[in-house]
Amino acid sequence: MTEFDAIPDHGLGWLEASGEHADIVLSTRVRLARNLQGHAFGIRARVNDREAVLRQFRESAGLSETLKGGILLEMPEVPDRTRHVLHERRLVTRDLLGAEGTGPATSTAVHFSRREPLSVMVNEEDHLRMQSLLSGLRISEAWRIVDRLDEELGRELPYAYHHEFGFLTSCPTNVGSGLRASVFMHLPGLVLTKEIGKALRGMGELGMTFRGLYGEGSEVVGNFFQISNQTTLGRTEEDLIEDLDRVVRTVIDKELQARQILLRDAPGLTEDKIWRAYGTLRYARMLTFEELMNYLSGVRLGMSLNLLPGLRVYTLNKLMIFTQAAHLDQAAGRDLIPEERDAHRASFVRRILASEGDVSAEPVDDRPSDQP
Amino acid sequence: MADMKCENCGSTEAVVHLTQIVNNEMSTHHLCQACAAEKGLQDSPDPANYQLLDLIEKVSPEVPGLSSNGDEPCAFCGLTFDDFRKTTRLGCPQCYEAFSNHLPRLLRRIHGGVKHVGKVYLPPDPTVSQIEKRLEGLRRKLDRAVQAEDFERAAELRDEIRAMGPAQEVT
Repeated sequence: MTEFDAIPDHGLGWLEASGEHADIVLSTRVRLARNLQGHAFGIRARVNDREAVLRQFRESAGLSETLKGGILLEMPEVPDRTRHVLHERRLVTRDLLGAEGTGPATSTAVHFSRREPLSVMVNEEDHLRMQSLLSGLRISEAWRIVDRLDEELGRELPYAYHHEFGFLTSCPTNVGSGLRASVFMHLPGLVLTKEIGKALRGMGELGMTFRGLYGEGSEVVGNFFQISNQTTLGRTEEDLIEDLDRVVRTVIDKELQARQILLRDAPGLTEDKIWRAYGTLRYARMLTFEELMNYLSGVRLGMSLNLLPGLRVYTLNKLMIFTQAAHLDQAAGRDLIPEERDAHRASFVRRILASEGDVSAEPVDDRPSDQP
Repeated sequence: MADMKCENCGSTEAVVHLTQIVNNEMSTHHLCQACAAEKGLQDSPDPANYQLLDLIEKVSPEVPGLSSNGDEPCAFCGLTFDDFRKTTRLGCPQCYEAFSNHLPRLLRRIHGGVKHVGKVYLPPDPTVSQIEKRLEGLRRKLDRAVQAEDFERAAELRDEIRAMGPAQEVT
């Protein structure tokens, strides 16, 4: 896959589990939405608007220290499966893939920096969406990376900016700073202790919003939540960043407390859940993506609690990404039918877990049972 | 709250209380996670639509018919306020002027405020007041960087402030 060879880290640097609290916080993303004067926004943009936006972006990228020498992929030229792989690696949005059947609109593109963990989508809903995607909890760092690029591009490009409303965006929920910072968290402790509702409500009161990670249906799978700032206007970027960081750290503390409660009040049940999840992943012959995510949640919890020693966060992160449909199709070299995919998924998971070696079970016989 | 059941399916415990979660459905709904997901927390490019549609309705002109007759479409892109009500997306930068009768109210409801206080963009031929605002923003960032002991960033900002004019002394 030449496209991926050209992308730094194959676009997977954010999986490396290097940042702070990487077992709970998978990744941090900060994105800025920017538009150029004189052109209609995304959905109303005509071909000549989109061409002009891409041309201006290319010129400014050539002058940007951060972007020059990087790689620009024009979406219509990228093979369909590769586009979906990019989406599954969270490097492009569904919007950029275009409608099913018709494919991406002309002049839609994504540019990857070689210097920083940074990419820019061109002609998405907004003309430019620059984003930094990092492993672990690194909100300020991600903000600094996009802020620098914004400064560079802002010197060359005529941004659509209003003295009162700030940076203008297609959707009024993004206007002002155009900044959305989000953190992808694994919160099984809060879900199992039924504290998650309270936690989400509290986050809402503090100006944060959340989304679950959804499978092919609409259920929240795997106890993963994406938490982000809800408003973009009326607060400085630094305040938005610091607020999210503070809220996320509070949620981490609450998650850690919830895990201790699980270990204290239901050690046998918790351990059983974790080992059953591991056993299923280690030996199952068919796995849907939802099943995988739910078992992976148990295994991830076990790893965090040192109940499954020997497993690495990176391995578990990799299992989430490489078991999605387009990744499995790409590995198979053809479009799989859903049942085949479930078998390929299970086979991939078995192979990876086997290569990690056996996790050693701590003796549990001397622990009190919480079961009658 | 402990015994509250999901008002949609009635069987599972309600853990999502939509009053507090803006990028979702409307207020005072208590739902289980599965139902909350069904009601609009899909993996769509922007989950804000449900709430946003509702807010746009609230700020739309109360007099029937005024929305289509009373407001001119955007002179640049031709978007009408009715189009905006349907799509929840503005068509171009000029739309913010074209619909300036309604947008501030909408923005206040979405964001709580209507005035941008963050980064100041400096156009190619800036006015004195634009330069002043920009410098103000840079100084604020510099203070933050110093407070955070991010001296590399502070040095960059200091250079940037100096580059904007010899008269701009950094203290």
